[in-house]
Amino acid sequence: MRISKRNSGSAATAALLSLIIVVLVVATVYVFASNLPWAVRPAPITSVGAEIDHQYGLTLAVAGTVFILSQLGLAFAVFKFRDHGQKAHFTRGSNTLEAIWTTATIVLFLGLGLMGHKAWAEVRFTPAAPDAIQVEVTGNQFVFNFRYPGPDGKFGKLDPKQISASTGNPLGIDANDPAGKDDIVVPTLTVPVNHEVNLLIRSQDVIHNFYVRELRIQQDAMPGMVIPLHFTANTIGQYEVVCTQLCGLGHSRMHSYLNVVSDADYDAFLKQQAAGQ
Amino acid sequence: MSSHAHTGGSTVHAPMAEPSGFIRKYIFSVDHKVIGIQYFLLALTAVVIGIVLSLLMRFHLVWPNATLPFVSGGQMSQEQYLALVTMHGTIMVFFVLTTAPQGGFGNYFLPIQIGAPDMAFPRLNMLSFWVTFLAFVCIIAAFVVPGGAPISGWTGYTPLSGLGEISGPGEGWGQTLWIVSISLFCLASLLGALNFIATTIDLRAPGMSLMRMPLTVWGWFVTAILGLLAFGVLLAGGILLLLDRSAGTSFFIPAGLVVNDQLQPHSGGSPLLWQHLFWFFGHPEVYIAILPGMGVASHVLSTFARKPVYGYRAMAYAICAIGFLGFMVWGHHMFVSGMSPYSGFAFSVLTMSIGVPSAIKTFNWLGTLWGGKIQFKTPMLFALGFVSLFVSGGLSGLFLAQPAVDNMLHATYYVVAHFHLVMGVAAIFGIFAATYFWFPKMFGRMMNEPLGKIHFWFTFVGAYCIFMPMHFIGIAGGIRRYADASAVGFLAHLQPVHQFMTIAAFITGAAQLFFLFNFFYSLKFGPKASKNPWNATTLEWDTDSPPPMDNFGGHYPSVYRGPYEFSVPGAGDDFIPQWLEPSQVARAK
Repeated sequence: MRISKRNSGSAATAALLSLIIVVLVVATVYVFASNLPWAVRPAPITSVGAEIDHQYGLTLAVAGTVFILSQLGLAFAVFKFRDHGQKAHFTRGSNTLEAIWTTATIVLFLGLGLMGHKAWAEVRFTPAAPDAIQVEVTGNQFVFNFRYPGPDGKFGKLDPKQISASTGNPLGIDANDPAGKDDIVVPTLTVPVNHEVNLLIRSQDVIHNFYVRELRIQQDAMPGMVIPLHFTANTIGQYEVVCTQLCGLGHSRMHSYLNVVSDADYDAFLKQQAAGQ
Repeated sequence: MSSHAHTGGSTVHAPMAEPSGFIRKYIFSVDHKVIGIQYFLLALTAVVIGIVLSLLMRFHLVWPNATLPFVSGGQMSQEQYLALVTMHGTIMVFFVLTTAPQGGFGNYFLPIQIGAPDMAFPRLNMLSFWVTFLAFVCIIAAFVVPGGAPISGWTGYTPLSGLGEISGPGEGWGQTLWIVSISLFCLASLLGALNFIATTIDLRAPGMSLMRMPLTVWGWFVTAILGLLAFGVLLAGGILLLLDRSAGTSFFIPAGLVVNDQLQPHSGGSPLLWQHLFWFFGHPEVYIAILPGMGVASHVLSTFARKPVYGYRAMAYAICAIGFLGFMVWGHHMFVSGMSPYSGFAFSVLTMSIGVPSAIKTFNWLGTLWGGKIQFKTPMLFALGFVSLFVSGGLSGLFLAQPAVDNMLHATYYVVAHFHLVMGVAAIFGIFAATYFWFPKMFGRMMNEPLGKIHFWFTFVGAYCIFMPMHFIGIAGGIRRYADASAVGFLAHLQPVHQFMTIAAFITGAAQLFFLFNFFYSLKFGPKASKNPWNATTLEWDTDSPPPMDNFGGHYPSVYRGPYEFSVPGAGDDFIPQWLEPSQVARAK
């Protein structure tokens, strides 16, 4: 007989491993359930953001249930079936069980994925309404610039050869294009509350990203492309805009603000900027 | 090498002559076992460097203003931090997670587990290793060239990586060396993949049908197929990127870019093209890192639970399904890139479906344990840890696979936590399980059990302490690849969590010394290992520890049954090896 009786110490090892896994599950559930400040995101300021949160919650319910059941199942099996001199139960598996859990995961995972499609479609499939406020967002190493078309409602042409941050033309607005004369270029993004805004996101050099946590939106600024992104903010306030795409040595300093203001404040902002041009 | 033409039974051959010179035996060896150990030692060197780089990063995140003795200027700069980010990722993904499980253990054990005397192409095998070694020399050289190591991340996104020095420090020589290194690595891995596939198809012992192969062999075999199809694409991408940098082409760079007020002389390229090429390789690469670990986990769980792998066929099919689907999900890395949102939807559905074979594997691992007689040897502890970590790390993928939810989590520490748990730590646990399990066979001595267990406890708890909190700060908006959190208001309150993770990282990193000591001490002083110290069933346990040059000492094994015949009712022993003729199987008294 070559079966060795190696059960000394196995109860302690089994108990410790099971305990660690149980503590892991309890701690994880606790942090998710108790909304500790370092584990939560701020409330969304768009209806789409709320929908994304809803889908996130649904995913958390599914993933959380699977997490708890499989980790506790593992902890249970580790302790219960430790070597204490018993004989292992011989089985090669069960086709019925394989079929059941394959079908169950297909339904669960694909169902979840298809449900999440709605929030995605609202952000990305449908374009902004024609009367949305247009703002161009340009990333370059390591600042954001926001351009408004001014009173004429038209953006001036851009010419990369005329870019010169030192002479006040960081975007290279073509001096020969009359539509560009009244364009407003500012380092922070100001938008009126409850109006749809259509951002036209672009980059001058490398890839950057426009991310506002409260919008629940990230969008790369991809060189060579102008990528539209629309949202309607419903809460007045100031929110941080950050770059989340590694863009070079100053990446972590690339930062700006989104100001969501009342209609009156927005008009005042435009007037003040127009006067300054 | 000798041909493997025999008809069955144990044919006795003259033992293969062993080369006598040191160089032919240990340096330029064509023996797959020596090459396996060379890959393993390369990965061991790389992982030590990779861990040190990660500890430096963790240190900087918490104490950015500390004066460091070996940093020029005393304090680590933003670009030095980003160089660490790039080099840590590159070294770990390529030279550890690809090199150790496949190049190391695959090379050593695939031929033996299928009963072959060597790889199909031993010289090609030697070439693969030495090209990989050259690639490693290139990547390490990037630290010392003018400008230092590149700062564009392990993904090397263009245009940052394509424009040269003007786009940032390290983007000159350092980035060029990075591309050369990755391209060489791709070439070596292509050769290795060919060899693994040919060996598995052609050199199996009589009776070793596909459905009798150990799941480790399934893992290596499917990984090789992934490697064959994926590395070629990155190789092409690497060559094009090199041309963009040095020959004035514009595959990945569009017109009109202005860097530092200078108009760049490029036009007509697309940065998205690089991302597609990179991730067409990059996502299968995740499975290249984890599939061998899945094989090892199944193998070790079955051996130490003294039970057959639950649902063996389902497990083999799941490995194939993961390999197949793994090629159709790369776009989930690009949900926010500006790629068509309809593609985003398609990639999302495909990505959710890859969760299905992953879940099947998890259920079957639990099924293997259920009703078992679990022996908690160190390899078993690491295999159990693998299952726990794979579940934790895999489930966060359900969030990231949905483009809408990914919109808020993309590029945060949530992603870092996800892939570290599932492809980093879980894969490393697979490597540790394999090391503790096969060390006796490879080196003829046992590793120390108490030290192994201490190593496990620290590493298991430590890995969770580092990476579970990381999910939460990601949800709170903590952004990855930031050298400095001070410019962003909402990052300040995450700093105490960073502190906790950094302390956990240093303790976990220090605990790896238990492993290193155990490894090198046992090489010399470990108790001698018998042929089959774990009472295991597959062919590597049918030969001496360590095996002779031709693996089975002049006889070739035949295979009579599946790989996991444990606790078979009516049998005298609780394991029936694959090589035992039916008439020799002991009956229960």
